[in-house]
Amino acid sequence: MKFFNYLLLAILALPFTLAGCADNRSHSNGVYLLIDTSGTYTEQVTKARKIINYLLANLNAGDSLAVAKVESKSFSEKDIVAKVTFDRRPSQANLEKRAFNLKIEEFSKNIKGSAFTDITGGLIQAAEYLNEANPGNKTIIIFSDMQEELGKGTVRDFPIKLTGIRVMAVNVTKLSADNVDPRRYLDRLAWWEKRVREAGATEWLVINDLEHLDKVLATQ
Amino acid sequence: MNNLNSWLFWPDQVALSALALFFLLTVFLYAARIPAHNVILSLCNLSGHALRYASHWLLHTAEGLRHRNKNVLLAHGQTEVSAQIEREFERTTALVRKELGEFPALQRKMMDELTRIEDDYLKCGEVPPPPPEWVDALSTIANLKSGGDIAKKMLDDLHKSVQKIHDKTITEYRRSYEGRHKILKSLMPVWRSVDKVVKNIDSNMINLNGNAKAIDVHMARYEEMRAHTDKSEHTLAISAFVQLGISLLVMLIAVGGAFINFKLIALPMSEMVGASDYITNNLRTSDVAALVIVLMEASMGLFLLESLRITHLFPTMASMNDQMRRRIMWAALILLLILAGIESSLALMRDMLIADKAAMMHDLATVQPVASDSLLVHIPMVGQMVMGFVLPFVLAFVAIPLEVAVYSLRTVAGVLLVMVLRGISFALRFGGMIVRRLGRILINVYDIFIVLPLLIERWVIGLRSSPADMSKNLKPGRAS
Repeated sequence: MKFFNYLLLAILALPFTLAGCADNRSHSNGVYLLIDTSGTYTEQVTKARKIINYLLANLNAGDSLAVAKVESKSFSEKDIVAKVTFDRRPSQANLEKRAFNLKIEEFSKNIKGSAFTDITGGLIQAAEYLNEANPGNKTIIIFSDMQEELGKGTVRDFPIKLTGIRVMAVNVTKLSADNVDPRRYLDRLAWWEKRVREAGATEWLVINDLEHLDKVLATQ
Repeated sequence: MNNLNSWLFWPDQVALSALALFFLLTVFLYAARIPAHNVILSLCNLSGHALRYASHWLLHTAEGLRHRNKNVLLAHGQTEVSAQIEREFERTTALVRKELGEFPALQRKMMDELTRIEDDYLKCGEVPPPPPEWVDALSTIANLKSGGDIAKKMLDDLHKSVQKIHDKTITEYRRSYEGRHKILKSLMPVWRSVDKVVKNIDSNMINLNGNAKAIDVHMARYEEMRAHTDKSEHTLAISAFVQLGISLLVMLIAVGGAFINFKLIALPMSEMVGASDYITNNLRTSDVAALVIVLMEASMGLFLLESLRITHLFPTMASMNDQMRRRIMWAALILLLILAGIESSLALMRDMLIADKAAMMHDLATVQPVASDSLLVHIPMVGQMVMGFVLPFVLAFVAIPLEVAVYSLRTVAGVLLVMVLRGISFALRFGGMIVRRLGRILINVYDIFIVLPLLIERWVIGLRSSPADMSKNLKPGRAS
């Protein structure tokens, strides 16, 4: 009878044992997507939805996702369109993904173009969000032509901090001036890479072909 | 380069410096020849002896191990054969008790039936009809000297009465035959019954004979084992290898089943313990929980078979009283049923989760897929549930090959260890021999470096000694 008692006790203690020996490090992904809504780039929003759909399909339970727009002054929580940390249970996470998708759909219908493009402000806001959520892998995706245009009085020429964050620019379209002198485009990308790396980012990637989105969630 | 220059007496004259160095070295080596030879020989002999000693020790250990293995193997074999003999005796006892225990009754029944057959047979024997009285009358009439009409009339009367008697006799005769036929007809079931009893006894005798032969074979094996013959050891070792191979094959199949089992419950377990918890860098808590459930099912199966006395891995359980053993059996069976039920529901949940994920993917997709037939969707779901319920019971039977593997692995490992020890022993012995021979080779190589002083030595000795001794001194000297 004692043997049977021990056996029952072992079975009952199993969930606690498993919970007790858990790895405290976070293995989750945190992705912050910045969508440029300035000028003609607004037309590219359908491509942004493709990225969001990819992220929703591939992020797992426990991962975090936020989508924010890049406007004239982007260092604000108001620019966050939707943010979520998915539940640990896959079924609940699926429900949250559906709700997230609805929010994005609504946003894409009512999108309005802004006069300026404050990418740096968006990056600072993204870093703040990711550091707060503290996932295992932090990724900022900038869906923009990477042409920063700041309004009068907006100060962004100071060093920023992106320690431990991967940064990737997606769908970096060529401007008409870039077509005249491609060096402008290359210099723009080089300038951003330098700025991001100096900020302590672990990786800088440029993805123009949306067929290669699998690199987005590649672990560090 | 500077390091090389430090060895040169005159760095600007390399050749001269090298020659001087060579000369000094040669003189030193010649002077130290005998001690150097001694050192080389001693070292090589020491190494050779050490290797040889180690080889002897390993061989001795291997022999001891083989002896112990043999004892264990034969003891295990004896236990196994005695169990087989015991089982054969039990079968024979059961046969004798069940079938041949009723033999006196059967014999009595058969004797009764035989007596009845005999009686009936006697009854149906043909009774000759009594001699007709008219034969005497006919003889009297035939002896009459004269008869005329009287005789004719008498003969007519006689004819009539004879005819009448004849008809009556024929009728009685036929009736009698009919009665006998009836008796013979009633004998048929008795004959059949006797035939059946005899056949039954015959069949039992054949079974008994087969059991006796099997006991003879087992007894012969047992006697061989008792005599500690090499043949029985070899047979048992081969048998252990075969058993290990078969049990490993079965266990490999069971591992495949366990993997499928694991896959069925790994995803839904994330719903219970969370999908984002990790135990190590790549090991999810949900995966470990699913694995633990599968292992628990296997353990329950093990306890179930152990309590049923099919396997004998735990002596504690084997020595338990029947009541306690039955309790454990019921406990293991109930827990196994619960685990199977949980697994079946987890399989259902897995299907629901996959369907939910697929629905969400469809929502995200720009092109909506065509709705599939509901029957095709439900068949895999039912299949998964059934598999989830059945696989734990299938896994339970892995205890049998596990027991065989555990017992045969000891023999196989012992045999392999003896082979490895013998192989190492041979290698050490061979190495020892090589090292000892190497001593002589090294001495000769040493002498090659100082060949010039040796030639001078031989020349000087040759000048001092007689020509007869010269041939002796031509051989290079060797340290004792």
